[in-house]
Amino acid sequence: MSEADRVRWHCRRGLLELDLILARFMDRHYEGLDAEAQALFKELLERPDNDLLDWALGRSAPADRRYQHVVELLRAS
Amino acid sequence: MQLPVRSFDAVIVGGGGSGLRTALELSQAELKVAVLSKVFPTRSHTVAAQGGVAASLGNVEEDNWHWHMYDTVKGSDYLGDQDAIEFMCRKANEVVYELEHFGMPFDRLPDGKIYQRPFGGQTRNYGERMVPRSCAAADRTGHAMLHTLYQANLKAHTQFFIEWMALELVRGADGTVLGVTALEMETGEVMMLQAKATVLATGGAGRIYAASTNAFINTGDGLGMAARAGIPLEDMEFWQFHPTGVAGAGVLITEGVRGEGGYLLNKDGERFMERYAPNAKDLASRDVVSRAMATEIKEGRGAGKEADSILLKLDHLGEEVINKRLPGIREIARKFANVDPVKDPIPVVPTCHYQMGGIPTNYNGQVVVPKDGDAETVVEGLYAVGECACVSVHGANRLGTNSLLDLLVFGKAAGEQVIRDLNEDGRLHKSLPKDADALTLQRLARLDGQKNGERVSDVGAEMRRIMQLHCGVFRFPELLAEGVRKLKEVAGRAGRTEIKDKSKTFNTARVEALELDNLIETAVASLVSAEARKESRGSHDRADCPERDDEKWLKHTLWYKDGDRLEYKPVHRKPLSVEPFEPKARVY
Repeated sequence: MSEADRVRWHCRRGLLELDLILARFMDRHYEGLDAEAQALFKELLERPDNDLLDWALGRSAPADRRYQHVVELLRAS
Repeated sequence: MQLPVRSFDAVIVGGGGSGLRTALELSQAELKVAVLSKVFPTRSHTVAAQGGVAASLGNVEEDNWHWHMYDTVKGSDYLGDQDAIEFMCRKANEVVYELEHFGMPFDRLPDGKIYQRPFGGQTRNYGERMVPRSCAAADRTGHAMLHTLYQANLKAHTQFFIEWMALELVRGADGTVLGVTALEMETGEVMMLQAKATVLATGGAGRIYAASTNAFINTGDGLGMAARAGIPLEDMEFWQFHPTGVAGAGVLITEGVRGEGGYLLNKDGERFMERYAPNAKDLASRDVVSRAMATEIKEGRGAGKEADSILLKLDHLGEEVINKRLPGIREIARKFANVDPVKDPIPVVPTCHYQMGGIPTNYNGQVVVPKDGDAETVVEGLYAVGECACVSVHGANRLGTNSLLDLLVFGKAAGEQVIRDLNEDGRLHKSLPKDADALTLQRLARLDGQKNGERVSDVGAEMRRIMQLHCGVFRFPELLAEGVRKLKEVAGRAGRTEIKDKSKTFNTARVEALELDNLIETAVASLVSAEARKESRGSHDRADCPERDDEKWLKHTLWYKDGDRLEYKPVHRKPLSVEPFEPKARVY
């Protein structure tokens, strides 16, 4: 099974804005990430839609600094 | 029967607000309940609801359900069923207080009562002036509601089938609904979920439009399943639009942009609202602005490569004003329109937002269809709640904050009805017919075996383009007729979709092909119903018949997949206990 397929489905969200941003992230960045960054991204997908969108739009940032790099890529997606 | 079978008292298709509310009612009654959801329940589209939930609690100012009922009947442009509307408005306080007890973090007044804020269309004393009626949890009401209901369901031992997609309704020889077939995405396995009660709670199908605020999951799965099972779809011509969504993306641009001095241009750079509304210009009401935008596009003055969008200019406001008064707009425009509004205009189009029509139900959530001269015979075993259902409380137009109320009231009412029905039945499963899985297996085999077929993305894009151009916010007779012809051709192509990837696990391509089948049923229902309704009422706005015609058209549309035909049924004009609200011109 392709793990990327599972992750891509987990990018289906309740908010359209996130659908659009996460789909672009998958197309542009996901495959190029190392295993650790991919794991962090998967952790981010477990977070509530509203928080994730606020981070992706730069309205706020996650308290946990480990996510910084992936969130920056999301902001650029 | 080839499929493995699992049996439940109730199977609920959809894990958004309405499905969770019904599930909770049933699990608390200790029934064995399965909720199927394509995504994790708290990622359902209910999360996008921000405005709040309407209830005449009267916490901030005097209010009562009669006024709420009047607002809703008027808002529906008199197409709403007045018994259902009375039922909803009278139950509102109860379901809001229940949600409070489940732990919903409502905003509060200093005295501890639930805070209420005003929202468009909420009035006191039958339209006299605004009254604060909306109960909210900051700007995350939908999110808070989903979390509250999901937690309550876990506590009540509801069983969740997450990342499962329902495929078909299963009906017995007498028409009784006996459950659904469903696909588990992780394994690709298909299963029969047998149920004494099947509840469709699959939300709206706004993804039929090229410009839609709906999340990708909103593909009308329940509508498609119902249509293929011979159940008509009601009032599908009624879709609510917002004037300014980002072209090609659907993300809303707040009307505050025009409030702050932004204005609309056509491809020639003309500020066309001066022609349509010389006084109010770009601040005219939503329907006037939407109509003007649609007319400009239709007459070839749209901007962009396809001449199908309008430009929203705000660079003249200056960077400072944009940053200060319209926070977030630059980020939204950069991200979703790829323009910086400080320098360039944002391409926008009227954007689909909410589906008023759906699977016909009564106010107990039972699905009802015409049979032997009775316009509303109950389909045994089948219920529908939330945006996929047409009760009908929203009629031809929904009021803001009534959608969250709808899902609470009718989610609960359907649960109560299921409990009554199962008690009467003695809670026995009826046996499944031998060919119960035939349609499902046939459909999957067709998709897997298709050679030289159509690409799902091509067919979907063509459907969305046709709906947007031919059945959008403002409708023209020749475009509607042409749209019906074009869409039927696309529906034919949708029957020949092909997927290259035949793998079992998390095969998104297969899921999207199955979703497209549901979208197509919804789109055809909407366009055919719209073409036939020769009046303007609520959100159905026709250039050739600008007036409401109560004599001919104060009736509900029913579209049947079989034969692609239409029937009509009367509106319930008589409320439960009060005098009817007679149709009047709808002026705000």
